[in-house]
Amino acid sequence: MTHLIPTQAPRRLPGDGFWRKTWAMLLKEFIQLRRDRVSFAMIIMIPLVQLMLFGYAINTMPRDLPTAVLMQERNDLTRSILAALENTKFFKVTRLPRTEAEVDQLLASGTVLFAVEIPANFERSVRRGDKPAMLIEADATDPVASGTALGALGQVLQTALSHDRDVPDSAAMPFEIRTHARYNPAGVTQLNIVPGLVGTILTMTMLIFTALSVTREIERGTMESLLAMPISPVEIMLGKIVPYILVGFVQASLIIGIGVSLFGVPVVGNLGMLAALSTLFIAANLSIGYTFSTIAQNQLQAMQMSMMFFLPNILLSGFMFPFAGMPVWAQYVGEALPLTHYLRIVRSIMLKGASLGDLRYDGFALFVLMLIAMTIAVTRFRRTLD
Amino acid sequence: MNAQDGAQNGAQDIVIDVHHLTKKFDGKAVVRDLSMQVKRGTIYGFLGPNGSGKTTTIRMLCGLLTPDEGEGTCLGYDIRTETDKIKRQVGYMTQRFSLYQDLSVRENLEFIARIYGIANPAAAARAAIERLGLSGREEQIAGELSGGWKQRLALGACTLPSPQLLLLDEPTAGVDPKARREFWNEIHALAADGLTVLVSTHYMDEAERCHEIAYIAYGDLLVHGSVEHVIASAHLSTYVVSTAEGAGLSRLSDELAGKPGVDMVAPFGTSLHVSGRDAAALEAAIAPYRQRKDLDWKRSEPSLEDVFIDLMGKARDNFQ
Ligand SMILES: Nc1ncnc2c1ncn2[C@@H]1O[C@H](COP(=O)(O)OP(=O)(O)O)[C@@H](O)[C@H]1O
Ligand SMILES: [Mg+2]
Repeated sequence: MTHLIPTQAPRRLPGDGFWRKTWAMLLKEFIQLRRDRVSFAMIIMIPLVQLMLFGYAINTMPRDLPTAVLMQERNDLTRSILAALENTKFFKVTRLPRTEAEVDQLLASGTVLFAVEIPANFERSVRRGDKPAMLIEADATDPVASGTALGALGQVLQTALSHDRDVPDSAAMPFEIRTHARYNPAGVTQLNIVPGLVGTILTMTMLIFTALSVTREIERGTMESLLAMPISPVEIMLGKIVPYILVGFVQASLIIGIGVSLFGVPVVGNLGMLAALSTLFIAANLSIGYTFSTIAQNQLQAMQMSMMFFLPNILLSGFMFPFAGMPVWAQYVGEALPLTHYLRIVRSIMLKGASLGDLRYDGFALFVLMLIAMTIAVTRFRRTLD
Repeated sequence: MNAQDGAQNGAQDIVIDVHHLTKKFDGKAVVRDLSMQVKRGTIYGFLGPNGSGKTTTIRMLCGLLTPDEGEGTCLGYDIRTETDKIKRQVGYMTQRFSLYQDLSVRENLEFIARIYGIANPAAAARAAIERLGLSGREEQIAGELSGGWKQRLALGACTLPSPQLLLLDEPTAGVDPKARREFWNEIHALAADGLTVLVSTHYMDEAERCHEIAYIAYGDLLVHGSVEHVIASAHLSTYVVSTAEGAGLSRLSDELAGKPGVDMVAPFGTSLHVSGRDAAALEAAIAPYRQRKDLDWKRSEPSLEDVFIDLMGKARDNFQ
């Protein structure tokens, strides 16, 4: 006859064993993920397919793009130019910096997308017919937004100024517009799309994986056993989330790797900083997916919730349409989405080489969003079957 | 206070001690005013028709459901506030197979060993595999095991951390008779060492192997005690009537069933069990049939099954 129970009780380790239990959960999730061939294929296929699909950019008509104007002199002519700029509707003068250093900082942090620089003695040069240069610097990381606006600029300015009686010879352009596309001089759309894809693909896969994790256990009946064991909701959550942080890194590396080798996307900034901020972003999305998982009654509902959340992420984060060109209410919604902040971070680091100081607002926002999502997830987790 | 103190002080003899438990789902009570005591080392059988609240009661005992009313202790710990401590000492085998179907036998057991903080999970899992007779199948995926082996694995899983109390929800459903017998021998050996077992079942032979039983129907615990006590307290008078080769029994059953004084008629092979709670009324009802030469009447002790069928009928009448 066989024996069901160990004749001698196995020795138990002292203490509560928070990490030990989290580790047990994590290990289990890893094994399950490894056995799930479909999910495994999805991790690799989604980035590949999306990269190919989004190789083509979507054309848009941006409005009210934030612009800084550095005026070395103030007079009627410069005021006319300012008014003409705003009249194009593409630009909205939001900052009036005083130094070039300030201009650089505003562009690097993404506070403005354009900077117009009117040099000293501009008016006198125009009157003398010297054709002085007006410099327009554009943040071209999003070539769709900057390209359209720049293209329309020359014509519009000329028409506007032709009515100005102070300007002689109104038939010809009285000054030169010298545009300078920063960060992405060639205006290559993939440069903007590839970092954007890192964010959207991570959002999608991270959401879906964790959204299914709790409901799957409930549907398969394993949740009842799990709840009857001495393991806490936080331990369960961490054990389920951590494996997918690694999955997220695999995906991000895959996209950036292909971006660099196939599309020649540069990585100007610090990869370590990108990895650190990506961890925050991945954890935030995993926590949101986990929250859906605790609310949904079954896996189908969890899936639907993820899709409902994914849609505004795509539309309002600045991935498809320039964020600054969206109506104010949409910008508020966008600010509440982790993807919005991550897109700024990943674009700034990869294309502009932004520093942590430049990104402190978006980094902090990501951290807060992650904490909120984790708190909701843990409190929503039902410890009983009631 | 640590786990050992609570288990030794408060519940030296009484392992489960709950009073007036009520559980409602959507306003409908599925367990009503249930009180029960289970002594250490007892095998306590939990019987009753499907949907009567057995699983719900077991879940309340191990902290998976919070009772709407009533209170009590399990292993000396409050079932409302100290569920974390209860969970460390209780092995719960769910009615439905609830191990991970996509993990191997070994991986499932190691997972459980880690959660319970067992010092060497790999060794504990290996030992359990050997005890369970699962050697050679340790790398097999649990979902691909046959029904009997799954059952055995589930049992091995909930006994692996050496619990003080086993809660087994229909553990032998769909298991062959030899394996069932082995399982019960094992349970008795364990109980002799002080392990307490609460087991729900539909099998009468299993009920008769329990030290104590409780019968629950439509959320009410109707009777509990030793098998002899439960039979005696039903106050049933029972006759066994048989015919040659069972001829005409079903007609006879139909005739007797409606008669005043006859509370229960149940066929058993080539005979009928006819019972009534009022002995005199039963005698009067069957008197005309006792004259018939083709019928062989014998007075008998009611079986546990007679008592349960009677209880179920009575509960259904009250319920409707
Ligand atoms: N989570 C739940 N929500 C609603 N009703 C439930 C739930 N769990 C059980 N029930 C109902 O409670 C009753 C008792 O169920 P259960 O305790 O599983 O009975 P048993 O185990 O004796 O077959 C059944 O009618 C069942 O439908
Ligand atoms: Mg049940």
